[in-house]
Amino acid sequence: MALRRQSVILGALLAPVTLFLGVFFVLPLLIIAVFSFLTPGLYGGVEWAFYHWNYGRIFGWADGIIELYEPIYLRILLRSLTFAALTVIVTLILCYPVAFWVSRLPDRWRLAFLFLITLPFFSSLIVRLYAWLLILKPTGLFNSVLLKLGLIGQPLEILYTPTAVVLGMVYVMIPFMFLPLYASVDNLDRAQVEASLDLGANRVQTFVKVVVPQTLPGILGGAVIVFIPSVGNFIVPDVLGGAKGLMVGNLVEQQFLSSRNWPFGSALSMIIMAVVLTVLLIAVARARKGSGNA
Amino acid sequence: MAPLLEIRAARRDFATPEGGKICALDGVDLDVDANEFVTLLGPSGCGKTTLLRAISGFEMLDSGTIRLGGTDLTGLPPFRRPVNTVFQSYALFGHMTVARNVGYALEVAGVAKAQREAEVAETLEKVGLGGMGARKPGQLSGGQRQRVALARAIIAKPRLLLLDEPLSALDRNLRQQMQIELKSLQHRLGIAFIFVTHDQEEALTMSDRIVVMRAGGIQQIGTPRDIYRHPRNRFVAEFIGETNLFSVTVDRVEGGTALTRTAEGVQVLLPADGRKTGERLTAILRPADFTIAAQGILGTVARAVYLGPDLHLSVTPDCGGPDISVIVRDGLGVGEGTRLHLAHDPARVHVLEGG
Repeated sequence: MALRRQSVILGALLAPVTLFLGVFFVLPLLIIAVFSFLTPGLYGGVEWAFYHWNYGRIFGWADGIIELYEPIYLRILLRSLTFAALTVIVTLILCYPVAFWVSRLPDRWRLAFLFLITLPFFSSLIVRLYAWLLILKPTGLFNSVLLKLGLIGQPLEILYTPTAVVLGMVYVMIPFMFLPLYASVDNLDRAQVEASLDLGANRVQTFVKVVVPQTLPGILGGAVIVFIPSVGNFIVPDVLGGAKGLMVGNLVEQQFLSSRNWPFGSALSMIIMAVVLTVLLIAVARARKGSGNA
Repeated sequence: MAPLLEIRAARRDFATPEGGKICALDGVDLDVDANEFVTLLGPSGCGKTTLLRAISGFEMLDSGTIRLGGTDLTGLPPFRRPVNTVFQSYALFGHMTVARNVGYALEVAGVAKAQREAEVAETLEKVGLGGMGARKPGQLSGGQRQRVALARAIIAKPRLLLLDEPLSALDRNLRQQMQIELKSLQHRLGIAFIFVTHDQEEALTMSDRIVVMRAGGIQQIGTPRDIYRHPRNRFVAEFIGETNLFSVTVDRVEGGTALTRTAEGVQVLLPADGRKTGERLTAILRPADFTIAAQGILGTVARAVYLGPDLHLSVTPDCGGPDISVIVRDGLGVGEGTRLHLAHDPARVHVLEGG
């Protein structure tokens, strides 16, 4: 009786979010999935006929008559994965020591620092990326400082290169890496670190065998949260990337907006999702194994 | 033979957030022999944990030296000291199995896997956890975790094992069982133990010697019997077990007995020992030193607590002064409000000079 009432209340509480996600998340996803197997309409939109060439164009079974196989799509996908992985690695390296430092600050300073980390969210992403554009361009801040210092003879070409894209994504993603990482570093059991040192492990051994496994949930959490939006990111490459920095997100955007080939854009989206899900499953499996049953 | 551990003039100050200074170790000297079980006992903040951490290397001394087997440890990092610790929180590695926890010291020292596994199995057997190696610490009970922490700390055969209040998280029965096991384990291993606790009963049960500490200094070092029967000062007397302290003045000396009185008039008898009339002393009597008799200190039972075999009484003396705490074996017919006389054997009184 009591159990029944509990489940009714629970159902009532869960209904709004279920409805919301169902209408605005699952349904569009299904539409994309279906569209990716439909024929592109002549002037945009779709024709309701099965069509596998969308995937054929990407993976190479296009016949060369109706659709052309373009290896560039796989290359761009691979590039997106590489950029996202680089972003994860760089943000991790930057944030890990800082997380330790912040977790040892007195309360007052720690809160101030955590506020500073979230400060970028108070302004528009586009505006912040254009600021980077001003910094990185040949006559921008970065180059003029290096020129003034005499470190370089002529301006470095950073803008519209892969470096600029990764740099921009690292900048955007730092808070997303930092916060989960900080949470797990802050939870690190100092006594276990001491136990390791006490048992004769030097600082490097202690870091590898105790600190990293103990903070692995934060590392994996941060990596997933940074990796997923990075793979599909199109704003950063759009502003800072140029042709060589083009990512799969830009491709999708192009298909839907300028090329008006919705089925092909849908197919690309499905591939991004498949990659992201795979990464997520690996991370979850790894985290399960790491934490054991403790 | 030189002692295993020699601590000389160990000093450590901590800065307080208010800008003051707290002296955690105030020139501590301590020797510990090989195969000795020494307990550091004192209230929180007395410096016992700081002293332990100075030996393990997690606190550096401001001045003074710590030598182990003739080698100066001062300045060595924890991982270079042949000393292992059982931590209060156990600090087991949650992401490793019990076996890997226990074998950790060997693993980081580069001992080959086969030998490591054999030693882990043997050590687990020693602490009564045979066959538990594959579990994770999270799947163990508190008592079992305690044993894993112990096994992990002894596997590398340190010359000195430090134990930081390791039994404080266990329930009473388990704690008493572990006290006995720890003591016998220490005998079998032939390792010196330094055991930190604030529980005086624990200290009395296990130690070869007890070091009573207060405010960064050592108050007294001695065997449990010494500390209990012959405390050097009021602090030690009051900290170790329940105590009745009487500030008395010698009234007169009759034969082998000195008759003394507190300001309120409670009469305490001591061995004469050449005492002079008018001398001021502190007389210490344990609750069990009193008996209910036909004469002695007259008073009324204010509170009676039944402890099973014993009856614990608080007796208010008729002439005034603080209640006297008494434990009697056969308390039949005694209850709150009972009027009785308390007598004691003068030889049982421990005397501190001065009031």
